[in-house]
Amino acid sequence: MRITKVKGENKKHKVLLYALSTCGWCRKTKKLLADNSVEYEYVDVDLCSDEEYEQIRDDIIQRGGRIAFPTLIIDDVKLITGFDEDEIRKALGI
Amino acid sequence: MTTLDQVRRRAESDARTHGYYLNPDEDFLTDLLEGLRRNEERYGYPSCPCRLATGVFEIDRDIICPCDYRDADCEEYGYCYCGLYVRKDVAEKKLPIKPIPERRPPEKLARAYSKENATPSEKPAEGKKLTIVSEKPPAVGLKMWYCKQCGYVCFREEPPYVCPICKAKREMFSGLTVRISGQD
Repeated sequence: MRITKVKGENKKHKVLLYALSTCGWCRKTKKLLADNSVEYEYVDVDLCSDEEYEQIRDDIIQRGGRIAFPTLIIDDVKLITGFDEDEIRKALGI
Repeated sequence: MTTLDQVRRRAESDARTHGYYLNPDEDFLTDLLEGLRRNEERYGYPSCPCRLATGVFEIDRDIICPCDYRDADCEEYGYCYCGLYVRKDVAEKKLPIKPIPERRPPEKLARAYSKENATPSEKPAEGKKLTIVSEKPPAVGLKMWYCKQCGYVCFREEPPYVCPICKAKREMFSGLTVRISGQD
């Protein structure tokens, strides 16, 4: 799976973002993380193969999320659906 | 190939027709238009940039921009799911545009994201007839509406925000009941 790592100084949390390459809200989420120098990894799900997509879908559902983008997974436990800026800031302490 | 400029002009024209504005944040707008362009290139139709399309037209039909949920979302929240179309008052007062909940019904989401249907490889081969397993009758909520000013008629849950023909406001729309007689 094509996971892109974005380096940042803030490495307090393990941040994984499931995004769409075409989505404006996903882009805003990436920008918020980058602007706050948060280190994170992302996958553009629309560019994935079918098998990869299925893996991601099952991962999101297993964590109690729904198939919507952006989906942010923090420290493997906290899942945030959508560009909920306040919630993301709170969870990451930024 | 569709250019970004064509996508923009199409969206502008559709916004004008239906009484909407496009997202006033120019960078955000360009992202969305570029997303639409890319989806059209990939799938052959401009599906919503903020939703994952399957590549199967029958399944994605409701999320082809302008999606089936735009008018209801603009009515309730002031803008659509991806934020491309914005209601006049929201645009004029420069009200904040934030993500809104998904209106696409669970059964359509399930159909789009299930294992059986979600993959583009499921696309029916050319020349092969697509079988629709359950052709449901129109939902009870749908009804006919007509514009009292120009006579435009549409079939949907709610009357349009403005009449696409004569630009009359939605208050000019009235519900219409049609009875077909002479049939057994």
